[in-house]
Amino acid sequence: MSTDSRIDTSKVATSNGTTAATASKPGPAGSLASWADDRLGLATAMKKNLRKVFPDHWSFMLGEIALWSFVVLLLTGVFLTLWFNPSMGHITYEGSYDQLRGVGMSESMASTLNISFDVRGGLLMRQMHHWAAMIFIASMMVHLLRVAFTGAYRKPRELNWVIGCLLLLLGTLEGFTGYSLPDDLLSGTGVRAADGFLKATPVAGSYMSFLLFGGEFPGESIIPRLYIIHVLLIPGILLALIAAHMLLLVYHKHTQWPGPGRTEQNVVGFPMLPVYAAKAGGFFFMVFGIIAIMGGLLSINPVWKYGPYDPTKVTAGSQPDWYMGWPDGLLRLVPTGWESVIFGYTISWNVMLPILIVPPMMLVILMLLPFIEGWITGDKRDHHLLQRPRNAPTRTAVMVSLMTFYGLAWAAGGNDIIAIKLDLSINQITYFIRVAIFLGPALAFWITRRWCISLQRHDNEKLLHGYETGVITRSPEGQYAERHLPINETSAYTLTARDRDEVYTVGSDTDASGVAAPNSRSEKLRARLSSWMYSHNVQKPTRAELEEARHHAEHEAELQSGLDHPVDGHQFDDHRLRDTDDVPLRDH
Amino acid sequence: MSNDNSSTPEHPVNAPDGTPVPYETHVPTHRETEPIADPGLPPHTWRPTDVDPKAEKRAERQIAAMFIAAMISAILFVVAYFTFEVGDNWDTFAGMGASTVALGLTLGVSLLLIGTGIIHLARKLMADHEMVEMRHPAASPQEDRDATVQALNDGLAEAGIGRRPLVRNTMIGAVGVLGLPAVVLLRDLAPGNALDISKLGHTIWDPGMRLVRDVVGTPILASEVEVGDLINGTAEAMFPTEENGYPELHGAEEQAEKAKAAIIVVRMDPDDITPLEGREKWTVDGIICYSKICTHVGCPISLYERTTHHVLCPCHQSTFDLADHARVVFGPAARPLPQLPLAVDDEGYLVAQSDFTEPIGASFWEREKL
Repeated sequence: MSTDSRIDTSKVATSNGTTAATASKPGPAGSLASWADDRLGLATAMKKNLRKVFPDHWSFMLGEIALWSFVVLLLTGVFLTLWFNPSMGHITYEGSYDQLRGVGMSESMASTLNISFDVRGGLLMRQMHHWAAMIFIASMMVHLLRVAFTGAYRKPRELNWVIGCLLLLLGTLEGFTGYSLPDDLLSGTGVRAADGFLKATPVAGSYMSFLLFGGEFPGESIIPRLYIIHVLLIPGILLALIAAHMLLLVYHKHTQWPGPGRTEQNVVGFPMLPVYAAKAGGFFFMVFGIIAIMGGLLSINPVWKYGPYDPTKVTAGSQPDWYMGWPDGLLRLVPTGWESVIFGYTISWNVMLPILIVPPMMLVILMLLPFIEGWITGDKRDHHLLQRPRNAPTRTAVMVSLMTFYGLAWAAGGNDIIAIKLDLSINQITYFIRVAIFLGPALAFWITRRWCISLQRHDNEKLLHGYETGVITRSPEGQYAERHLPINETSAYTLTARDRDEVYTVGSDTDASGVAAPNSRSEKLRARLSSWMYSHNVQKPTRAELEEARHHAEHEAELQSGLDHPVDGHQFDDHRLRDTDDVPLRDH
Repeated sequence: MSNDNSSTPEHPVNAPDGTPVPYETHVPTHRETEPIADPGLPPHTWRPTDVDPKAEKRAERQIAAMFIAAMISAILFVVAYFTFEVGDNWDTFAGMGASTVALGLTLGVSLLLIGTGIIHLARKLMADHEMVEMRHPAASPQEDRDATVQALNDGLAEAGIGRRPLVRNTMIGAVGVLGLPAVVLLRDLAPGNALDISKLGHTIWDPGMRLVRDVVGTPILASEVEVGDLINGTAEAMFPTEENGYPELHGAEEQAEKAKAAIIVVRMDPDDITPLEGREKWTVDGIICYSKICTHVGCPISLYERTTHHVLCPCHQSTFDLADHARVVFGPAARPLPQLPLAVDDEGYLVAQSDFTEPIGASFWEREKL
């Protein structure tokens, strides 16, 4: 039933061609392909890839959102460049917006207002561009979490994980350089803070600031420089890395969830042509459409309300875009006075630590996760089947722990907003998060791990004792019991389709003659970490345990049903029916 | 793209009797201990559109309707483009311009309908049988790896670089030194004395220079400042006139001086002030003046609470006590705001006794040296 030859396609709708362009009947598509292949020789590469199989799951769509919102960013961005003037030359605004007419501002601010008020569709494109940027970064983050929680970053996909992390970093920088361009009061405040970060760099900081700004802050160079970084340098690298990301995806073939017929050796799903091409292409239009509606209905970054940048002014509640919120929060958490003067030179720990040290460190930790895990487990196998988060309790707990750190830092970045909206003391919020940022991740780790292990136990319960029917029976003796019935074979197989965890032990890496590996200290550390990582996990039942449980259950069912021969319990539900071939067109 | 291992069968995942086909060596091999055998792919089920011509026709009509509605919406976009004015009526609809709302909705609806139409087509009418493709190790076959390593070694041996350390080392050196021009070329990002970081050490303030209000540039009479007032000010030199004789500033220089000259002036009960040693004479009847630029990362501070004399930076909430030499009472800043020593001139206007006695704004490496 799994092979093409066994599928009767005669019932497939006549409107759809299942036998497109074959050699025997070239047709127009075939003729064009032949013409192209005579010159480009693509047929060999296309032979397999045109019908390449992609597995289906809703979570595989998250990265696609990132890809399509990037395309929207390119399209709307090109539109904006046609009017935007990245110059800090000082002019007097004379456009349509009343409240700022006659006010002096930079040409970049004036051209931003021009796009917003005097170009039809300009404000729509600006808002679409900004919303698309938000969605781009948000979907990259959620995609990253999906990949991490399901163990998709394991061998052979570690390098694609690293590329993904770099994409997130570049996306963030692209966002910062982009929202700095209008030269409004809010973005200018962000640029001034960035100048402060640069100046906090030891030894070269002051010079780095002067070189970037073309002299003393604010200078007249920063906007044109950020512009070329924003429209050429970073997008170029982003495009190259996205291409590499996609090529590796195609080369490795997509991971899939385990299930009947879905193994480490195969990939089961729909072919690229036509189903995935249509679904992915259609999805592009949907992402584009939703961004267009957001751009039309939801105001974002109304720079005209902030006014032009003035280095002596600031608005209350100044916030960076949300994805820059967590380093900003770390900055706010530093206690008063963390600065030292050594040999007459100033070291600003209060800026270095939360901006120049911790965020890059977090990025490095993120990139190293698959390598650290691979080293601890000593697992050199390829993995193409995804793991449920519960089946890797330590990994899941580490990710939740990192998310908790991120979330608390992010909350600290909005401590003023939280204080105003919830009528709390900003000082107390800050004191609380200063402690919570250390305790929270530890607590989150512990809770998540125990939670995962409990869920693993629950899975084993279902395998061994079946599911809870909610049917309460009363025995002749007056004893009450809830009836458990076996889960169906598909679910049972899917629950057991995972590897047993093997705790790494020292000596398991000995060579043929039994000589221990030379670096035994690191081996011991590795064994300890492996034990820490795996020893609490619940392993799936063995075949013998399952058999025994089934005999027990059949005996129970026999007693309960009043029959005189063993029964499997499925006379109480329709699960047996569900596994048979003779029930066509079931809709559940 | 994929590893072309043509000996592997393309489709079968399981033998007809449901037992798994032999596994390759690079993947987990303890299947024999699996508690439940792989039951194999479930049977394909037909959709209503596959077996019911009516359902099929209905799906066709639905999809075509979506595409036609998308066309209409796109045409409405064009109509909206030429109908709705932009410009001064930018907030006619829910705080947004009618043009922006109409263009966004028509464009979005058109795109969404095309998207849902295509996806509906894929789900209802395109063949929906799942296919199976075999995976291959990411690594190349061993003979290819051996051949590549051989080619690499042959190439390196023929180049002879390894045998000629003099050539190798000087070549590496030459390319390495080429980094110098690349770095030096960036020197003129801040050309000439634009790179003079000693500018961070002083501002435009001079002895006797008047304090003025920052927007209008009018000087501040000491007698007009009430207790509890906070005035955002700057140096008179930022408003050059023929009378005051200060030179005109332009462009980058003006912006840089403006950024450093910003001050806040407050008046409080003189008894509330606890002056730092040596600063007893820096105030005028409870009028005290500080740099407006936060010592954390350089945001202008703005929120003043007159009862506590605290001023708060809205960027990262550093809080300074203006009565106590702008000591940091909360938040990440490490240093007090620099204080501008004040005096009064013959006409009763507030003037600076001198420039700030330390660099204003964010900390930097050479700060103590300037």
